[in-house]
Amino acid sequence: MISFEMPKPLVQTRTVVETVAKNMMRPVSRQLDENEHEIPWAYIEFMHTATKALGSSSMAPDEAPQKKKEDPEKKKRPPINYQRLMIMVETLSWGDAGIYLCTPGGMLGAAAVSAAGTPEQKKRFLSRFTGKEPIFDAMAMTEPQAGSDTSAIRTTAVLDEKTNEWILNGEKIFVTAGNKALVDSKGFIVVWASLDLEAGRSGIRSFVIEAGTPGCKVTKMEEKLGIRASDTVSIVLQDCRIPFENILGSPTVEKSTKGYKGAMQTFDATRPIVAASALGVARAALEFVQEKLAEAGKEIRYGIPRQKMTHLEREVIEMEIQLRQAWLLTVKALWMADNKQSNALIASMSKVKAGKVATVITQKAVELMGPLGYSRDFLLEKWFRDAKINDIFEGTGQINLLVVARNILGYRGSQLR
Amino acid sequence: MYSFTPTEEQQMLLDAVKRYAEGDIRPASREAEESTELPPELIEKGWELGILQASIPEAYAGFGDYSVLTGALAAEGLAYGDLAATLGVMTPNLFVLPILLAGSEEQKKSFIPPVIEMEWKAYTAALIEPTFDFDPQALETKATQKGKDILLNGEKIYVPYASEAQALLVYADLDGKTQGFIVPGDAEGLSVGERQKTLGIHACPLYSLKLEDVKIPAGNQLNGPDGHSMEGILASWHVALAAMAVGVAQAAYEYAIDYAKDREVFGVKVAQKQAIAFMLAEMGTDIEATRLLTWEAAWMLDEGKEEAYKHAFLAYSGAVDMVMMVTDRAVQILGGHGYIREHPVELWMRNGRGFAAFTGLAMV
Ligand SMILES: Cc1cc2nc3c(=O)[nH]c(=O)nc-3n(C[C@H](O)[C@H](O)[C@H](O)COP(=O)(O)OP(=O)(O)OC[C@H]3O[C@@H](n4cnc5c(N)ncnc54)[C@H](O)[C@@H]3O)c2cc1C
Repeated sequence: MISFEMPKPLVQTRTVVETVAKNMMRPVSRQLDENEHEIPWAYIEFMHTATKALGSSSMAPDEAPQKKKEDPEKKKRPPINYQRLMIMVETLSWGDAGIYLCTPGGMLGAAAVSAAGTPEQKKRFLSRFTGKEPIFDAMAMTEPQAGSDTSAIRTTAVLDEKTNEWILNGEKIFVTAGNKALVDSKGFIVVWASLDLEAGRSGIRSFVIEAGTPGCKVTKMEEKLGIRASDTVSIVLQDCRIPFENILGSPTVEKSTKGYKGAMQTFDATRPIVAASALGVARAALEFVQEKLAEAGKEIRYGIPRQKMTHLEREVIEMEIQLRQAWLLTVKALWMADNKQSNALIASMSKVKAGKVATVITQKAVELMGPLGYSRDFLLEKWFRDAKINDIFEGTGQINLLVVARNILGYRGSQLR
Repeated sequence: MYSFTPTEEQQMLLDAVKRYAEGDIRPASREAEESTELPPELIEKGWELGILQASIPEAYAGFGDYSVLTGALAAEGLAYGDLAATLGVMTPNLFVLPILLAGSEEQKKSFIPPVIEMEWKAYTAALIEPTFDFDPQALETKATQKGKDILLNGEKIYVPYASEAQALLVYADLDGKTQGFIVPGDAEGLSVGERQKTLGIHACPLYSLKLEDVKIPAGNQLNGPDGHSMEGILASWHVALAAMAVGVAQAAYEYAIDYAKDREVFGVKVAQKQAIAFMLAEMGTDIEATRLLTWEAAWMLDEGKEEAYKHAFLAYSGAVDMVMMVTDRAVQILGGHGYIREHPVELWMRNGRGFAAFTGLAMV
């Protein structure tokens, strides 16, 4: 039966996370924005302790706490781990999208290990997150000459048969939390590299490089438009040697593009999560506008004909419509993920929509709030800067439109580039 | 729990509606548009699906429970076939559902069964008035009390099937509030004007209507002389139109996809051009987003949620823009061929624009 009732546990999750967002994020938002590269340790320590207390190693759905006891009643409940993650990410990003990206525990790197790793690898790489110290991970795909076109990466991995080690060479850029994973904690990064440049997509594999590995160096920290609390770094790999066992998936190059496709599949889960983050920022901006209008005694009249509405009313109503539509696409995408239904189409739809909506809403909000919107006395101008990243990373708006278009048209990449 | 799966019963209804929309409505729609006539057999066949009857409780001769959500699902499916036919089949809803939602027990018992027990007959409603900024909450048509009677005076347009109406629900302003009044089709002072000519839905017979001292007993006011709230009725108009807009958009979107995958330009299919493929991707995304918002509003109304009325308005308002965007692009994707009446996209584009003006023309 069609239902839009938010599951009770998620309502609780939202209440709890909202407290964190209000008390640990909003108060330091401005401070961290103005002091780029300062690390929000208080938030990090808190989240680390909190996730550990929940018996979970990370926010990743697959690692979420499992019920130990077999309770037949509970078992019948539909799975909601992805939906829970959505609520957490949306609410944390409503608090501060940059600080949210500093959440310790498994994120994108762990997602890749979970998706493609052996049980042994999962244990080796993922158990660290429940230790005493907060640990970070990262995912390094993008290179200076290869962003959207991930098949154009040139980082290489060559097997040294004598030592049974992979030797990696290349440069990765724009690695989110790369510094936290490699320098500020004993974490790891998942690096995408080619076993055979001639082989194109089918030669691409992912490798785990742990913090402290010689030949793997953070060389630059970017200065950005927004999400300044989150570090974005360049990493140079120079004869970086890692054990043979650090490859995720098959070590031989076959004709198939399974490894590459595996990477693309993890996007089906991660894209709606990025959408959720965008939605949080957009909601913050919309609520700010609504509060300021209420303070000024301006009522929004719903249900009257457009011809009678003020411009302001139309804009605010339009923002509400767009935000709710994007939210529902995202909920559905993650509900499908929870129910193990293939969701590539709606996952990309949610990212397209949320990325665009968040960008437009924050931009409109700054416009509608006039001098208040433009002022750094409020966080609105920051949300305008933060929101834009959601239309860029995890596939730009255009790349996600491509994915949606290929899906609805039944086209392969070669038919629609 | 969230869920996006219709119940088995809803699915059965949806399947039946789909067969009717694809097998009966669609093949007849161009001819109906050009001749400005909906074949009575087509309407009767749609009526026999029992969509309205299934949303009326047994106490009033129906065989189900009122559900905005089920109604919305059906409305989308019908409008996917053709909008004029959908409005035609669902015209009696305009009379029956406000009585169900806002009428007195006595009114429900006496007015609903005769409509739903018989073959399709023209039971209709008169709401819209000839002003550019028409507002259902601020009507020019006036109701005045005169002893035990009510006098109705004013001018209405876009009244479906007014010329053959058995009875109508006329909306008029009573002391500053919009109220519904049950008026027999042969009431004195009621004069039906010329058939109206509109941008789209040519097949749907719409008439203007004059009310000059139309006298009805005070008991014919919805819920009797105590009157009624308009909110549920307004929300139902909104959800019905939002659902139909999704249906029309879905039709145009699918047609454009098929065409773009078939037509060649510069040595490739039209759909292989990003400018076109991206339009299609956005169309698909916004259709699904609007559908979800419509379902959510319908579900909220069924569950009696706070803010359900507001959500119904948001769903409708978003749908008005979405359907215009999608149908316009469908014409664009067909190029010059889209402009020719051999293809249905120009009709969907004209029908799509109507949603901005159709408040009160559909209910679920
Ligand atoms: C703050 C930040 C954090 C990031 N974090 C990470 C991370 O953790 N890990 C990681 O691997 N990467 C990360 N990235 C990289 C990000 O994913 C890429 O920047 C993004 O995929 C786009 O690549 P590009 O910058 O090279 O742009 P390009 O690929 O050069 O694109 C330029 C423009 O062309 C458009 N375009 C490209 N291809 C097509 C096409 N086929 N059709 C139509 N238009 C097209 C794009 O949409 C864009 O508008 C991050 C980036 C930023 C800014």
